[in-house]
Amino acid sequence: MPDQLVFGMEVFLNGLMAGVLYALVALGFVLIYKASGIFNYAQGVMALFSALTLVGIMEGQVPFGHIINAVFGTEIHHFGWHVPAFAAILLTMGVMVLLAICVQKFVFRHLVGQEPIILFMATIGLAYFLEGVGDLMWGSEIKKLDVGLPQGINSAIDEATLGMFGYGFFIDNLDIVATLIATLLVITLVIFSQYTKQGRAMRAVADDHQAALSVGVSLNFVWVMVWSVAGFVALVAGIMWGTKSGVQFSLSLIALKALPVLMLGGFTSIPGAIVGGLIIGVGEKLFEFAVGPLVGGATENWFAYVLALVFLVFRPQGLFGEKIIERV
Amino acid sequence: MFYREAGDFKTSYASDNQTFPIKFDRYRYYAVMFVAFAIVPLIINDYWVSAIFLPFLIYSIAAIGLNILVGYCGQVSLGTGGFMAVGAYGCYKLMTGFPEVNILVHVLLSGGVTGLVCVLFGLPSLRIKGFYLAVATLAAQFFLVWLFNRIPWFYNYSASGQINAPERTFLGVAVTGPNTEAWASYLFCLVILTFCALVARNLTRGMQGRQWMAIRDMDIAAEIIGVNPLKAKVSAFAVSGFFVGIAGALLFAVYLGAAEAGDSFGITKSFLVLFMIIIGGLGSIFGSFAGAAFLVLLPVLLKNVLVGWLGWPTDMAAHLEFVIVGGLIVIFLIAEPHGLAQLWRVAKEKLRLWPFPH
Repeated sequence: MPDQLVFGMEVFLNGLMAGVLYALVALGFVLIYKASGIFNYAQGVMALFSALTLVGIMEGQVPFGHIINAVFGTEIHHFGWHVPAFAAILLTMGVMVLLAICVQKFVFRHLVGQEPIILFMATIGLAYFLEGVGDLMWGSEIKKLDVGLPQGINSAIDEATLGMFGYGFFIDNLDIVATLIATLLVITLVIFSQYTKQGRAMRAVADDHQAALSVGVSLNFVWVMVWSVAGFVALVAGIMWGTKSGVQFSLSLIALKALPVLMLGGFTSIPGAIVGGLIIGVGEKLFEFAVGPLVGGATENWFAYVLALVFLVFRPQGLFGEKIIERV
Repeated sequence: MFYREAGDFKTSYASDNQTFPIKFDRYRYYAVMFVAFAIVPLIINDYWVSAIFLPFLIYSIAAIGLNILVGYCGQVSLGTGGFMAVGAYGCYKLMTGFPEVNILVHVLLSGGVTGLVCVLFGLPSLRIKGFYLAVATLAAQFFLVWLFNRIPWFYNYSASGQINAPERTFLGVAVTGPNTEAWASYLFCLVILTFCALVARNLTRGMQGRQWMAIRDMDIAAEIIGVNPLKAKVSAFAVSGFFVGIAGALLFAVYLGAAEAGDSFGITKSFLVLFMIIIGGLGSIFGSFAGAAFLVLLPVLLKNVLVGWLGWPTDMAAHLEFVIVGGLIVIFLIAEPHGLAQLWRVAKEKLRLWPFPH
């Protein structure tokens, strides 16, 4: 088998894995968009914030330690305890639910009935706010996140491919775990939205706010729930990306990468988010592999957006999105 | 009392159609122009120009440009940083390629080039709407920055990948380069800003502006009453790109002096200008000025208060700035979606009756 093809296959596989991680972020967007019509730009920052909080709780960091030190001249940084990963994840989830309640109570309840684009800009403001709060609370240095997920080259795949093609594929264990978790997450979400009472309420709200309201679904509750679920998805994405590349500011930029994924898949479709993520992940890795060296590399920065832009011109609602019908 | 229409009689169509039909507004405008052109240049020093006046003037131009696209025509763009980069690199290539031509021509030409690029990325707006378009403009942002970082022709094959503004003069006075006097760069930007604001104000008052607003309010309805959506949208992208390109050229040539696409024209710049017009007021020229002034002054103020008086570390002040700006955006969207411009309008209404309210 020619070398280029084997390398290409490795790139393809790695692209699939990267795509799963994109899809994970994109899922959070779809959930909120479907249930409340809000395009939540802050999803990526929520992932960053949850990862920061998780690390902070695990390490027993004092929240707002830097400010307290600066204002009162004290020297406190840590409580001096270490919280086990599982408990810390539960606590972080609690923080995300609290955040969801605050966001609903203080921001979006006052913006009901505004144009979608106003809501979108409000989430950009929210993203800035959260980013600042996260940095003030936990400090802005790059942190290591380790909740016990396996990392490093998967030797089984390496050996199997070495035997088959004479070249060992490099596939990170973390990526495989991420794929498994993402699959599990999607199945859970589908079961949740199809077979539970709350899930049905969520779908009812997504379908028609007023009709849902008139049959007794509490909009406030559903929206808080959706933001909490989105917070949970953000936490999962934050753990994955944080373990992969450290908890740092650039984590919030993956949200931007999730946007073309969404556009490709359609804003309203959960399968769309997955398929879109895979297409973008594979596409940008293969493009970088095939064309990148010819034009100076780093094409991953823009390929996803241009692909989505070109695609949208031909199909404005994305692959799986609902057809956009416009009336006067 | 101070602000009233009564007794202000119009005797010709020209006087009825003028930009500021109310006397108080007109005199205030003359006063502001007088102060800006005749008094400020005499009393400013380097610190004031580089910390406040130049960024304010330049971002005002960018905000006017973006306001035409977002506030008047309703096409949300997150590609402002990329388009400013087009202006900057266009200006750089023109300045180094044709050193004998006047700098003012270069700045205007680079605005024109940016307008063309902007139209190119704006064409999909005919099919893509709302935040689909906003995300699509991100393609422009990332692609353009990548282009200027990776293609050596754009930065003349310099080793650092940076572009540096050579010294150029306007009417015999240096306006770019290291030997520029503070007042010269200030006046140069002020003249261009005045020109841009006049053009924008009159465009938005006329037929073109009404077409944009019709498209913004509802594009299908606008199409039915005879507005050509292709022409309206493309012209909005072109005009907006022209202003944004001028702002990018000035930012690089006059203010920064040296620039690198990723650092100076990243996605944060796009958001900064977008925030300016949200806080200032969507669909208002005055709002563009107010928003630019607000977001230029806020970091300076915070830095002086937090770092200067309270002795906080600078990075914490920067984070707090994020919190405050983000919070303000949300507060403005909730409390006053029309921004500072609306507050000014309300204040004028109050002034009409003051000090004798009914």
